[in-house]
Amino acid sequence: MNGVHDLGGMHGMGSVQPERDEPVFHHRWEGRVFALVRAMGALGRWNIDASRHQRELIAAADQLRMSYYERWLEGLSQLLVRHGLASAAEVASGRALPGAAAGTPALRAAQVPAFIARGSPAARESGRPPRLRPGQRVRARNLHPAGHTRLPRYVRGKSGVVDRVHGVFVFPDTHAHLRGEDPQHVYSVRFEARELWGDDHVAADAVYVDLWEDHLDAE
Amino acid sequence: MKDDQSEHDGHRMPSDPALRVQALESLLIEKGLVDSQALDALVDAYEHRIGPHNGARVIARAWTDPAYKARLLADATAAIAELGFGGLQGEHMVAVENTPAVHNLVVCTLCSCYPYPLLGLPPVWYKSAAYRSRAVIDPRGVLREFGLELPAATQVRVWDSTAELRYLVLPQQPAQTQGMTAEQLAALVTRDAMIGVALVRAGQEPAGGAG
Repeated sequence: MNGVHDLGGMHGMGSVQPERDEPVFHHRWEGRVFALVRAMGALGRWNIDASRHQRELIAAADQLRMSYYERWLEGLSQLLVRHGLASAAEVASGRALPGAAAGTPALRAAQVPAFIARGSPAARESGRPPRLRPGQRVRARNLHPAGHTRLPRYVRGKSGVVDRVHGVFVFPDTHAHLRGEDPQHVYSVRFEARELWGDDHVAADAVYVDLWEDHLDAE
Repeated sequence: MKDDQSEHDGHRMPSDPALRVQALESLLIEKGLVDSQALDALVDAYEHRIGPHNGARVIARAWTDPAYKARLLADATAAIAELGFGGLQGEHMVAVENTPAVHNLVVCTLCSCYPYPLLGLPPVWYKSAAYRSRAVIDPRGVLREFGLELPAATQVRVWDSTAELRYLVLPQQPAQTQGMTAEQLAALVTRDAMIGVALVRAGQEPAGGAG
């Protein structure tokens, strides 16, 4: 979707403001949200792509106003309702309504180290050879899907060169909508700064973007 | 607190999300969907165990062991696993090397992807709209705001983490540190240098790398 989460190349977002000796979490609730999102993710009712897309669906003005963990809180609340794990009334009140469905076994503290160590690999085995090769000139497709995509706006229609082949990975553009993994090759594509941003940029500078086979055409 | 900052770090309206999160946690515990002690364990892992000191060990090893460096650049996931790191949000790693000719910078323009096992959780600025919007169109301007002025002859490569690959910058080793042990070197490597918004300096305190 052409949303405000797709920030690459936008102006007007201010200057970067590093904070010295920044804590991991600025408030206790931020850590709790982080942990809730991870613990709920571990249950497998949705996936990381669906979780990202849910945050993209937050109204644009709210997204820009909210802090990172406020967006996580909002996204998780929406996912719970969407997947029938809680009603909006329950999320608002914090109390389960009588007769509400009980959950699957929760992630336990003893399982957390293994959960972190294993992660959630997105690479998939595939006998399919890559369609593109390093050094090949490619063009990012000019796609504007209304749903989730990892093809950022600033490279659409732009020409680049395949830098390396990463292997076969789950395709978020379908996975986010629970329409299957559609595993396909992912490539790091080098786009020259001047191709993306114009001739007043330093000629040698470049942006590397990881894109899936369905995002690219050979030139 | 700067005005811009408050937009992004939750200082603006702390009580409201705090109450909402408390309600959500109670609800999910009551439903049996989460376990309070598992939440404690997740918070503890990222507040106290997993952070830039992990990444710094990888960098120091690469600086002191050329064979390891070659493995890191060829297959970062496997080389990093040799030191016991990997997993959540570092399942698939790529290391990119800074040289006198090339400077690398990592961003995620679409969300805030970041190599948790090596750097911990991302700082607020990395997740900010300012950094995510500008790192790709004005990397030199962004670096200038971090106090880093690159020569025009240095090529800037920006890595936008749009897939499940996570990027680690292998900074240049300061010339004055040749002969130091890996442990001494690791103490010099900052989080910011591993994102690419800083260089490693000899004898500096690891500013911004402590978290």
